[in-house]
Amino acid sequence: MTKEERLKKRHRAEKRFRFYGLTSIFVALLFVVILVQNIFSKGSSAFKKTVITTEVFFDQELLEIQNGASQEEIMEADFYDIMIENLIKAYPAKDREEEDELLKLFSGDAEIEIKKAFLNDNNLIGKTITLDLTASDDIDQLHKGNYPRDLPEERRRISDFQLVIYDYFVENKKISKNFNNYFFNNGDSRDPELAGIGGALVGSFYSILICLLLAFPVAVLASIYLEEFAPKNKITDFIEININNLAAVPSIVYGLLALQILLATIQLPISTPLVAGITLALMTLPRIIIPCRASLKAVPPSIREGALAVGASKFQSVFHHVVPLALPGTLSGTIIGLAQALGETAPLILIGMVAFVVDIPSSPVDPSSSLPVQVYLWSESAERGFVEKTSATIMMLLSFLIVMNFIAVYLRQKFEKRWN
Amino acid sequence: MNIVLIFLITIFSVSLFFYGKSKTKTISIKDNIKLNALPKFYGYYLVLWCSIPALVFLLVWSLFEPVIIKSIIIETAANQGAIFSDKNEANLIYEKIKAIHLGTYFGDIDSILRESALAYAKFINLFTNSKVVLIFGIIIASVIYSLKKIKNNNKARDDVEVILKGLLFVSSLIAILTTLGIIFSLLFESIKFFSVINIFDYLFGTNWSPQRAFVRDASSITAAEFEELKDAFGFIPLIAGTSFIAFIAMLVAVPIGLFSGIYMAEYASIKVRRISKPIIEILAGIPTVVYGFFAALTVGPFFRQVGENLGLTVSSESALAAGLIMGIMIIPYVSSLSDDVINSVPQSLRDGSYAVGATKSETIKQVVIPAALPGIIGSVLLAVSRAIGETMIVVMAAGLAANLTINPLESTTTITTQIVMILVGDQEFDSPKTQSAFALGLTLFIATLILNYIAQRAVKKYREKYD
Repeated sequence: MTKEERLKKRHRAEKRFRFYGLTSIFVALLFVVILVQNIFSKGSSAFKKTVITTEVFFDQELLEIQNGASQEEIMEADFYDIMIENLIKAYPAKDREEEDELLKLFSGDAEIEIKKAFLNDNNLIGKTITLDLTASDDIDQLHKGNYPRDLPEERRRISDFQLVIYDYFVENKKISKNFNNYFFNNGDSRDPELAGIGGALVGSFYSILICLLLAFPVAVLASIYLEEFAPKNKITDFIEININNLAAVPSIVYGLLALQILLATIQLPISTPLVAGITLALMTLPRIIIPCRASLKAVPPSIREGALAVGASKFQSVFHHVVPLALPGTLSGTIIGLAQALGETAPLILIGMVAFVVDIPSSPVDPSSSLPVQVYLWSESAERGFVEKTSATIMMLLSFLIVMNFIAVYLRQKFEKRWN
Repeated sequence: MNIVLIFLITIFSVSLFFYGKSKTKTISIKDNIKLNALPKFYGYYLVLWCSIPALVFLLVWSLFEPVIIKSIIIETAANQGAIFSDKNEANLIYEKIKAIHLGTYFGDIDSILRESALAYAKFINLFTNSKVVLIFGIIIASVIYSLKKIKNNNKARDDVEVILKGLLFVSSLIAILTTLGIIFSLLFESIKFFSVINIFDYLFGTNWSPQRAFVRDASSITAAEFEELKDAFGFIPLIAGTSFIAFIAMLVAVPIGLFSGIYMAEYASIKVRRISKPIIEILAGIPTVVYGFFAALTVGPFFRQVGENLGLTVSSESALAAGLIMGIMIIPYVSSLSDDVINSVPQSLRDGSYAVGATKSETIKQVVIPAALPGIIGSVLLAVSRAIGETMIVVMAAGLAANLTINPLESTTTITTQIVMILVGDQEFDSPKTQSAFALGLTLFIATLILNYIAQRAVKKYREKYD
């Protein structure tokens, strides 16, 4: 091999090496794009729900209440007959069987929706109004195009007759898509068309709030101690090693800790944001202490010496000068730690947050779910409608994380002083 | 009740602050004494003395009160003739008694339950009253003590600072308490588990089927049951499955992460680096449940489809899908750390290599990487520990049955998956099955601890070499 050939070979190797590096970065970026695209394409349809425009006639004979009935009377009244009578008029069905199939196109909450319309206006008896009633999950998915209608009938959840009705609805423009308020307001449900993340949102909010209230002060105080006051001795070293190790302990181990100490020993109520918040706080604590210490360390010694020189005590120099200067970094570290806690699932599963909770929690000691746990629960469900709900929940979760991370970056860039 | 008490403590503290502040002010003006600290420090001093002992007492009391009342009530119920064979039944009876007391119980109430409910009401009253009395006693005592100290014109600022410093120290101790809590809660149940299952049967058994041990009381085990339990808790299939999935993950994460790290540290312009590094780090910020969903619903079925087209049987919960997605999640851990490590290799080493005519890639391969190797190995080990502790991806995308296999297309299970599977839903405390989850947790904890320790040592040693 001549010198030139060898040089060429080496330069080719150089180019190849560079290409590998570039490809790896490209592959990693591609994964981000695929993941996000996949979630968004599956989930964006969940923000709309399919409704069937139906005429509802409030027949006095079928209702035991009068015009102008009070709220309690309406709440107690039975709207079932009204619902059936009106829904079967949506399509000219021939017999009982066909009527049953027709009724299945509406959601399980049709009665409640009619009742709500009456609650809004209690003078409707004898009148006919048009209502947008939520369609069942099968129709919802069919209308959104998530459900293949060219399968043979026995492999479809929708019968041929129901397809005929659906086509009739489409032809007469009786079916349309509305904003899916149920997705944001409702708690969990076995019916995908009625299931919402309201309960999970509130549960996550309480958990993160408790996590913040517990972890932030302790983390800040602990990092102030370790950075500013701790003597260099064995105990301090031990604490430091401990914190570093805790930050790397798998999150599921914190779940076991919570199960044993918080639930079995102290007997706090199971499945509640309170326990979730404490567990997440223990887990987040070392992850906040590390950036807090870094931002305290970044404050130059001259600040401390200046304060001491004019007669401040050690405490005053730290709390009046160092801590305020380190605050932006401390806050941004805390927010990033909370963002991690918000997405944490495994420990919450162990403390029983996988329970099926329909009600929206009204306090941190009510059983509840949380956003990531809701993702896990719905992803285990077989119904097709839950796929888009799960993806949409992920979209909500990711947008919260993005917002939190942006706030963290903004705080750091806007307020942090550069000491050069 | 507790909220009322905390409210009262707060009000006392605030009023004491103003009292202490004005009192010292007037004293110093009237008697013309030069104070050692600003008047407000005397206020702070009173506040700390008034609030901290009372709050600490309240916290400790609230932690132990329910547990103590419960054990007393269960005992009285047993004395009155209530029969319960295990802890769960005792808990049930206790819940009933509580519900009767609150008036939310609608079942039949027999004489035992009624008597116990009365006893419960009595004890609740007794405990609440003694709590209130004790708290006020503590507040009065500590306030009298601190007022006395103030009168002697002590150095209030120094005292306040000593107390605060103690508070700071206690906060930093919480990390140690957490570690102790983890170790004790894992050890406690694990010891119970290993008193039933031989530790060698656990460590070297090749069969994992804890469902066989369901609903069995560990304290009363027959010889036949014991024989059956003996080989139900073999750890080998789990560690094999865990390592296998982690290995697949590392096959994805190490090359991609390492090459990205090298490119970003050595080749990329500042602009490319500034954009691509945060985007890659997004991968580490995405919650793992999202990866699990993606792996279970998109990647798993996709692999199965591809396998079908190629004439292979691929499980929809294949180790390959879980490992691949886990690898993607781990990329940023490898890339960011190796980027940092490579950046801290001194420029002089590179310059020396260029000076003798090496190309950039030759320099990287023969000088930079060997120099950075301990750090890179450290970062890979950290990524491995991340992979074996990862839970949601494997829970959602890997299998549940413990298979000893090295076929990536089959399903395997992992330590974390089994912990979740055992502990989700109704648990029988005191059954070897539940305890086995804690034994698994302990094993996982020790394994990650060792990996992290070695990794941190490697990175630290390396840093010291070039700093």
